Amino acid sequence: MTAIQLQDLTLGYERHPAIHHLTGVFEQGSLTAVVGPNGAGKSTLLKGLMGLLPPLAGQITWHVGVAKFAAYLPQQAELEIDFPITVEEVASLGLWQQIGWFRGINQLLRTKVAESLAKVGLSGFARREVNSLSGGQFQRLLFARLLLQEAQVILLDEPFTAIDQRTTTDLLNLITSLYQQGHTIIVVLHDLTQVKQYFPSTLLLARETIAWGPTTTVLTTANLARAQVIQEAWDEQAPICGRRAS
Amino acid sequence: MNIWDLAVQPFVEFMFMRRALIGTTALALGYAPLGVFLLLRRMSLMGDAISHAILPGVALGFLLCGMSLPALSLGGLLAGLAVALAAGAMARLTILREDASLAVFYLISLSLGVLLVSLKGSNVDLLHLLFGSILALDNNSLLLLASVTTITLPVLAIIYRPLVIECFDPVFLRTIRGGGSAIHLIFLSLVVLNLVSGFQALGTLMAMGLMMLPAATARLWARSLDGMIATAIPVAVMAVYIGLLLSYHMDLPSGPAIILTSGGILMLSLLIAPYQGLFKRLLTHTHLEG
Repeated sequence: MTAIQLQDLTLGYERHPAIHHLTGVFEQGSLTAVVGPNGAGKSTLLKGLMGLLPPLAGQITWHVGVAKFAAYLPQQAELEIDFPITVEEVASLGLWQQIGWFRGINQLLRTKVAESLAKVGLSGFARREVNSLSGGQFQRLLFARLLLQEAQVILLDEPFTAIDQRTTTDLLNLITSLYQQGHTIIVVLHDLTQVKQYFPSTLLLARETIAWGPTTTVLTTANLARAQVIQEAWDEQAPICGRRAS
Repeated sequence: MNIWDLAVQPFVEFMFMRRALIGTTALALGYAPLGVFLLLRRMSLMGDAISHAILPGVALGFLLCGMSLPALSLGGLLAGLAVALAAGAMARLTILREDASLAVFYLISLSLGVLLVSLKGSNVDLLHLLFGSILALDNNSLLLLASVTTITLPVLAIIYRPLVIECFDPVFLRTIRGGGSAIHLIFLSLVVLNLVSGFQALGTLMAMGLMMLPAATARLWARSLDGMIATAIPVAVMAVYIGLLLSYHMDLPSGPAIILTSGGILMLSLLIAPYQGLFKRLLTHTHLEG
């Protein structure tokens, strides 16, 4: 069953496309890695899927049965880590759908928060301030918040950049268990070893789809070379082309 | 001179001192929490730009209607909102970053304001608008100050949760559809409203001081957001009270006296605050060496 369908999707900034003519589907319950050269438009695709960036052309269709709200973890830089807020409070933000603007956090929800902190290995950190956390611990915390969102669809943008090996392994295992529970997960990654080991499906992107399908058939030497060539030939200032998707 | 004469007598004896104390205390209640959020959102400069922008609006009101409180306030409100929005738009639509757009706007506003006042008024009028005339608050001004604080605190309480998320992780607020830019606009409007109500008491140039200095002081004393707000309010009230006394006994202009008092409290906190104070650092250092 289809979770998200892309139809001739073009996304970009200030009318210049960053990726164009994407057509395909993310199946419900699939675990897809999005890979490609630097600047291939991987983050742009996630922003588009989240509705943070309106399509220049084409369509994104979210299918019925997929929860309306997706959980999204952007690259870390955009957070204000000096804000005086505790680990427990940040994780609790994931409860937004239940608590909204005014409702309090009852004992049941409090237990859920504690459980999710335990799952990411942050038990005992609840009262710590976030600016006292290491990079790896902070990323674990954001995963705890993500777990509490209980979203059917989960989008992660380079979640392991500058994160220690042990945290990366823990979080990859967490992603795998979410996949086994039936979540639809899309992760932007650059480590191909991780992709081959953990991700059944891969979308290889270089401003357009190079290959999309089972990881073993996508990550071939020929495909990777082609992605590199297309990326290097890209003209930043090119106007939107008139080509139609086949 | 005993402590009664020093600290209480002026307020017992003079109506204008009582008015000044009540008015500025009302201001301080709203200013302190707003300042904490401005500080944490790294928007001190935005606050500065807005407070300067109020001047030409006020001046225009002055030019058209003389020293009429409604005209001055309305002018200030419109100008403040206009600059807040324009600076945001300029940063989004041009290559100029937000700090540059803000600097541009507040320099233009200040010059325009001074020019407009000098067209009609005297230097005394200009000084009053720039630095306030706290000792001349009448019933209407007190009512305005009290109303604005009465509006500010509940609104802040209502938007508190999304505002915190907006400060900490704005992208997250957008992905959970928590009302991203609306929250920002409501918050900015509160800042403008408060700076407008404060200009008469503290002056357009001084008002920001009562917002930012107690907030910065609170950051040194408190670890949590609640703690910061709970610290900033008494600090602001204390600054207002001591500042007024200084201004009375030493015959100083009251606006600057209040802001300098806040500054003094901040400096003292830099030395002795438990969280990040200088003494604490020195002690910790010795401890590590030992």
